[in-house]
Amino acid sequence: MAHEHVSNTKRIWLVFGILSVVTTVEVILGIIKPESLHMTNFLSMNLLNWIFIILTIFKAYYIIWAFMHLEGETASLRWSVVAPVVFLVLYLLFILLVEADYVFEVFKRSTIKWNF
Amino acid sequence: MEATAHTAHTQQKTWGGGNEPLGANYGKLMMWFFIVSDALTFSGFLAAYGFSRFKFIETWPLPDEVFTHFPFLHGVAAPMYYVALMTFILIFSSVTMVLAVDAGHQMNKKKVTFYMFLTIIGGLIFVGSQAWEWKNFIKGEYGAVETKGGSLLQFVDDTGKRVALADFAVDLPEERAELTRSRSTWFQSGSSLPSYSLAEVQAGFKAHPNIRVRTEVLYKDDAAAKADKSIDHSLTKHKHKTILTREASEQFLANGAIVVEGANLVRNEYGSKLFADFFFFITGFHGFHVFSGVIINFIIFLNVLLGTYEKRRNYEMVEKVGLYWHFVDLVWVFVFTFFYLV
Repeated sequence: MAHEHVSNTKRIWLVFGILSVVTTVEVILGIIKPESLHMTNFLSMNLLNWIFIILTIFKAYYIIWAFMHLEGETASLRWSVVAPVVFLVLYLLFILLVEADYVFEVFKRSTIKWNF
Repeated sequence: MEATAHTAHTQQKTWGGGNEPLGANYGKLMMWFFIVSDALTFSGFLAAYGFSRFKFIETWPLPDEVFTHFPFLHGVAAPMYYVALMTFILIFSSVTMVLAVDAGHQMNKKKVTFYMFLTIIGGLIFVGSQAWEWKNFIKGEYGAVETKGGSLLQFVDDTGKRVALADFAVDLPEERAELTRSRSTWFQSGSSLPSYSLAEVQAGFKAHPNIRVRTEVLYKDDAAAKADKSIDHSLTKHKHKTILTREASEQFLANGAIVVEGANLVRNEYGSKLFADFFFFITGFHGFHVFSGVIINFIIFLNVLLGTYEKRRNYEMVEKVGLYWHFVDLVWVFVFTFFYLV
């Protein structure tokens, strides 16, 4: 499977199309910043940012699966590449972002003022 | 499925060497594991950026106010267009790379050469674009004043539009000497002087009654903020930077300490000091990856031209550098989101 010699050109251009469309949507949303999305919060982040992050992961999936051709590798290779990254990144983000929010709260409620 | 089939086939000599349990050879596997470790490095940087951003969530600069330049459109605010263009260039060079790999599978030397060439060109354009982006970032556009407490004051007119220091600062007859080696001992030198002194900015502020100070604080449309008399509520919008009244502006500016123009690793005119540090570090580290990717691609390109892989009867080297090149694109997708969109 990993070394099939048939041409994948059609799929490559299709994926390029998907990535371009998604990027265009991101840029348009970033420029317009629709009120309804930008002002509505979900899990302490606004919906617009959630959309950006989901679209980014969607793009990352296509780059890794189609361009880096992880879809053609054995399941064991796929897992040994994807699982550590996903696990460690989620762990790191959880710790750092929760901690950062805590530090923010401490500064906000304490007598230390940033804006003199 | 196929993994089981593979092991069943090689069961007899599992430890005898010569089999590939992951269905990939040594070089490709090591490239994958290098990519995993590099991905974790970049995740560390971006998570640190997230940490600082959440820590200063109320005062962080708004990216669409910082990155507004586009080549040949001087003075036109074009947020995001340029990075969007850079993103397309990098995605497209990723496409030509994967086409080169595909052509390599078919042992088509001519096509591999052509697509590798396009990939290298795309990479060079991207690095060039990043240099241009850095130039604008370092040069700055409006200028700002840093207060004694370390917070940043920017300037707007009475419609809330940004005003550059050059538009209102006056020229005072004063001597300002840059601290250079020739004026002091050899080991001393100061940073280059900004175009205006603090006194000139303050005098210009007094002479122009329409100028207001904009602070770093993101305005939150709640009761506490509405009761604040120092905020100009007609100009300030929810989730935008706070604009002060004329009186409050004067008080804030009296506390000024340094005129800041552009960005360096110590301070920048956009807001939080960490913002510029992270910008330089993360985009710089990514740019370094692109640059080394271009060099590696070029070496492989030369080998393709020389017919090395034609003699080897396989183009797997192209596939390996391809993995690295796609990874660089992958990182950019995340940098793009977290630096420019979110």
